Amino acid sequence: MNIANRSKDKNESTVDRGSKETRRLFLQGNEAIAEGAIAAGARFYAGYPITPSSEIAEACAEKLPAVGGVYIQMEDELGSIAAVIGASLTGVKAFTATSGPGFSLMQENLGVAILGEVPCVVVNVQRSGPSTGLATRPAQADVMQARWGRHGDQHLIVLSPATVQECFDLTVTAFNLAERFRAPVILLADEIVAHMRENVTLPDPAQIKIVNRKKPACPPEEYLPFKPDPDGVPPLADYGSEYIFHVTSSMHGERGYSQNDPANAGAKIKRLFTKLDNHLDEILLVKHHYNPADELDLLIVTFGCTTRPARAAALRTPNLKAGVLQLVTLWPFPDAFIAEAAQKARAVLVPELNLGQVIREVQRVVGKEKPVFGLHKSNGLGFLPAEISARIEEVANQCLR
Amino acid sequence: MTRININPRRCKHCGICIAFCPKEVFGADYRGAPVVERAEKCTACGLCVMRCPDFALEVGEKGK
Amino acid sequence: MPALSWREYLDEKMLPHLWCPGCGNGIALGALTRALAELQLPRNKVVVVTGIGCWGKADDYLATSALHGTHGRALAFATGVKAARPELTVIVLMGDGDGATIGGNHLIHAARRNIDLTAVVLNNQNYGMTGGQVSATTPVDAVTSTTRYGNPERDFDLCRLVDAAGANYVARGTVYHVPQLDRLIRDGITKKGFSFIEVISPCPTHFGRRNKLGSAVEMMKALKTRAVNVNSPAAKTGELPAGAFLIGKLADRDDPDFTARYAAVQQKAQAKGGFSS
Ligand SMILES: Cc1ncc(C[n+]2csc(CCOP(=O)(O)OP(=O)(O)O)c2C)c(N)n1
Ligand code: SF4
Ligand code: SF4
Repeated sequence: MNIANRSKDKNESTVDRGSKETRRLFLQGNEAIAEGAIAAGARFYAGYPITPSSEIAEACAEKLPAVGGVYIQMEDELGSIAAVIGASLTGVKAFTATSGPGFSLMQENLGVAILGEVPCVVVNVQRSGPSTGLATRPAQADVMQARWGRHGDQHLIVLSPATVQECFDLTVTAFNLAERFRAPVILLADEIVAHMRENVTLPDPAQIKIVNRKKPACPPEEYLPFKPDPDGVPPLADYGSEYIFHVTSSMHGERGYSQNDPANAGAKIKRLFTKLDNHLDEILLVKHHYNPADELDLLIVTFGCTTRPARAAALRTPNLKAGVLQLVTLWPFPDAFIAEAAQKARAVLVPELNLGQVIREVQRVVGKEKPVFGLHKSNGLGFLPAEISARIEEVANQCLR
Repeated sequence: MTRININPRRCKHCGICIAFCPKEVFGADYRGAPVVERAEKCTACGLCVMRCPDFALEVGEKGK
Repeated sequence: MPALSWREYLDEKMLPHLWCPGCGNGIALGALTRALAELQLPRNKVVVVTGIGCWGKADDYLATSALHGTHGRALAFATGVKAARPELTVIVLMGDGDGATIGGNHLIHAARRNIDLTAVVLNNQNYGMTGGQVSATTPVDAVTSTTRYGNPERDFDLCRLVDAAGANYVARGTVYHVPQLDRLIRDGITKKGFSFIEVISPCPTHFGRRNKLGSAVEMMKALKTRAVNVNSPAAKTGELPAGAFLIGKLADRDDPDFTARYAAVQQKAQAKGGFSS
């Protein structure tokens, strides 16, 4: 992507916090996600309860019917994501929330949303695995699953909130990106942000930037549901409108009927990538918790719940300038932002609640020019600032002093 | 006399129309494909159209 | 607007279809389109949801809107469509493997929820698309590609299962008894609440061949002799010959459907003012 062209730390600009209708509330991350979804225009939730995401379902069960929406508790997560896809195709913004085991069950039908180009949002509040694991404990070990968990070649957007405010803001962003690109978007939260309570600002709904999917403008008999506009994204009609159309999990042509031709399949799969990769300026979000113009001794790359303790640790480093770059968009991976920040740093540290996922990507971007260190933990506990400080000290002794 | 149309592009020679026409209107050619042999007996009951798995038959319908 | 003929619900330029000679799928598809035509449902108000299998390919030949999902999940996709837009007519086409084996859980829950969908499960007693493996509707001792020595498991009686789970409408038909099948599907569509129509149908290529049931014509003849109308004297006495099965309307009630019940939930929520935060 073109760095010169990008706007800075973007999701700040989604909302205007000055207006009268602004509400300040003390909310849990999960509650803020539900509020964000409704503010974004979501009117359909299908899900199956699982810790640590269940409060999202509970909030939706209470609030959606009050705004004319629908909450439905499905018999499992395969059905939840399927119902979300069905609902979205009627023109209703739809979402679901889950955690590890449920997210695993959703993978096959997430593929339907990707190939069928169905806008929807899936919240995965990460918990400690594998399998049932430490069911109530935090982890950040689904980063690769979110990107690669399904069979077949494909691409998708994953966002990760670090604060309760971001739970609200990024849920709005997730719906906006899903609608913009006719694609599923995953909000990859974790037990810590989801269960944390903080003051949040819910902006005046009139001030929230809302994106709605492109609808066809052609006569109904000419509508091709998979014929892309020049931006790579095909307009999507609603079931029940004057447009009659087919959506399928099988490989299909522009008309949405099965098609086996390899040339068509190759072009379609390629477009699933380019429709995102050609618009990275709209998708990639990061936050520099330091002045990006500064030269750093140590760049700390974080996402989600590692951001806070890393920021605290960065402030406590004597004789060393450390800065935190928070990845808000995890996929597509924000290569350009990391490369640019790493250029101005002597070393890079990646703390994460897994045994090494995001660090692989950071190493790929930074290459061999700069040392990249990890701090990995996979025992169901979050990081304390002191743990990160101790690792910074080790790194400093090894190559910064 | 009822007009009976067999669409050879669709017919897969399953033999169902031949076997179940109440008036035994159809015979088979050497490949097992149906041939209208007794059109004058047809009552236009429509059963062959309904039971044809391949949408290959038209009976008394306006040609399209 | 001029009346739509049943052929106008078909996408005829997709024909000939990919089903084998004598396969019952095409007959069932015809019955569905005739039911739609009889009700004169506008094509843009009908969404046909299919799963994966030979019968699950039916959407490719329909000129209504359609959603072709994944194996076993068609009812869940359809539940989303219907719950979000109750005014649409949503018809779900599934094979016995799709709808009742891998998808059995969605089937009983759709029936329990009594959501206003019309499920047409085409039961050909095996997995046609993947080469004729055993299904939850394969009779005990029957031979399939994965039960070479005979099926050690019993089969489901799908109609009793769905009836017990609470569907408003349960019926069984066959592709031999076509005028009746048209009516059963039509009545299922008009019925509010969950409607389930099991269609007994031959798969001559796999099930017929492996069990030496003869040609498609022979298999159709067997449907004619084995099926007993639920309103016949024999059905009333309950003394059915071996191998016989009932056809016709097997359950018919008028419990409130999901849409009606959820509308009441929305009213309560709106009266309460909704937002508690
Ligand atoms: C999750 C998953 N498992 C397995 C398959 C392979 N598969 C495709 S169709 C099918 C069975 C089809 O049988 P049935 O549903 O009875 O339909 P029929 O082909 O007989 O019409 C199977 C096992 C699949 N597509 N997806
Ligand atoms: S319409 Fe009836 S009588 Fe005429 S050919 Fe067909 S099945 Fe026979
Ligand atoms: S394999 Fe069986 S079910 Fe599939 S098309 Fe052939 S006859 Fe029909």
